[in-house]
Amino acid sequence: MAHKTKDEILHDHNNDGVDRRGFLKCMAWAGTGAFCVLQGGVLKSYSMSRLAEMNPENMKGELSFVQISDSHMGFNKPANPDVAATLQVAVDKINALSAPPEFLLHTGDISHLSKPEEFDSVEQILKSASAKDVFYVPGEHDVLNDDGKQYHERFGKGAQPGGWYSFEKKGVHFVGLVNVMNLKAGGLGTLGNEQLEWLEKDVKHLKSSTPIIVFAHIPLWTVYPEWGWGTEDSAQALAYLKKFGSVTVLNGHIHQTMQKVEGNVTFHTACSTAFPQPKPGEAPSPGPMKVPAEQLRSVLGITDVNYVAGQHALAVVDSTLA
Amino acid sequence: MKRSVFIASMIATAVLSFGGTVLEYKGFVTSAQEKPASTAEVKIDNFSFGPAAVTVPVGTTVTWINRDDIPHTVVSTERVFKSKVLDTDEKFSYTFTKLGEYPYFCSIHPKMTGKVVVQ
Repeated sequence: MAHKTKDEILHDHNNDGVDRRGFLKCMAWAGTGAFCVLQGGVLKSYSMSRLAEMNPENMKGELSFVQISDSHMGFNKPANPDVAATLQVAVDKINALSAPPEFLLHTGDISHLSKPEEFDSVEQILKSASAKDVFYVPGEHDVLNDDGKQYHERFGKGAQPGGWYSFEKKGVHFVGLVNVMNLKAGGLGTLGNEQLEWLEKDVKHLKSSTPIIVFAHIPLWTVYPEWGWGTEDSAQALAYLKKFGSVTVLNGHIHQTMQKVEGNVTFHTACSTAFPQPKPGEAPSPGPMKVPAEQLRSVLGITDVNYVAGQHALAVVDSTLA
Repeated sequence: MKRSVFIASMIATAVLSFGGTVLEYKGFVTSAQEKPASTAEVKIDNFSFGPAAVTVPVGTTVTWINRDDIPHTVVSTERVFKSKVLDTDEKFSYTFTKLGEYPYFCSIHPKMTGKVVVQ
């Protein structure tokens, strides 16, 4: 079996230094974020260092929102003893964006230990964001000890009993999924039959030209099963989305940015606002990475997403907190 | 001469294996009449249970201790026992009163699995 050498580019269709296979290696560390445009199911990716060459008008659209993830409020160990401060920096970053986002998506692990005061702190800090609406999905750290009862009471209003929901914004159909409940020994994230049936019905009536954005905590593609970084039954969920020309999947959980394109679907994971985790397989375990204090903010971040109507285009911009 | 060396090495081996038992089941080696509580410990470190499988006699109390920077749980696959979430350095104990195999996992990170065999 031939192995390609590290960082070798096999197919550089977009002349952007990133090939499709290479997306798994396209991890935005230390300020080397990616700016992505999805056109007719094809993602173009530019490194952040080339953003200066881009026309800022291309980043504007009918709809823009910001994804934040993994705030882990309550975590207090190296390398980040103050996760409230870094969440506040993320909010300041959001408030400084030239195109103010209409709302925020939080892709889970809001809290570290599901404590009421941890949820309180996050809600309090996010109140200072220019965007007032926050759409949440739970991470496994948000449903500890009580099967998610507290999470559902706080954040699940208007959602299905299991916590999943959908909504429309300017012609874009958003679906928030829950894949952190009822996890089985030895397994990955799970959506479950009830949620899959709901999803099938939820998208059935939509035109295939409707842009779809799915967000959930654990990646809906298999990033690294050895560390549980994937979802058992995500293939079934994606099968219901096959007819759509533009599907974007936004996840958290792995505390680093990663992108992948598969047919009409673009997958994207966001940075944590709390602490970084190692690249797949590059440490004995996925535990928190300890980085020098001066480097911490360069490995935390937010994701800004812009949608331009008529172009089927999503511009996904990761920026660090540095 | 050769014979005494052989005997000496047999004794050394016996002491070594005895030492291993002491490490595994603290308290089990004291007098059988007193029926002292037998204990065993499983460390949670680097997203794994160590040792992943422990074999203990009936009546043993197994204690799990989380040495990771990340919280974990200890949940029996058949729901025989279930810990609350264990933050760093927190412990959970369960006393096994019946023979059998007890597979368990961390319900937050289900790739982490382990087993207690009670015989």
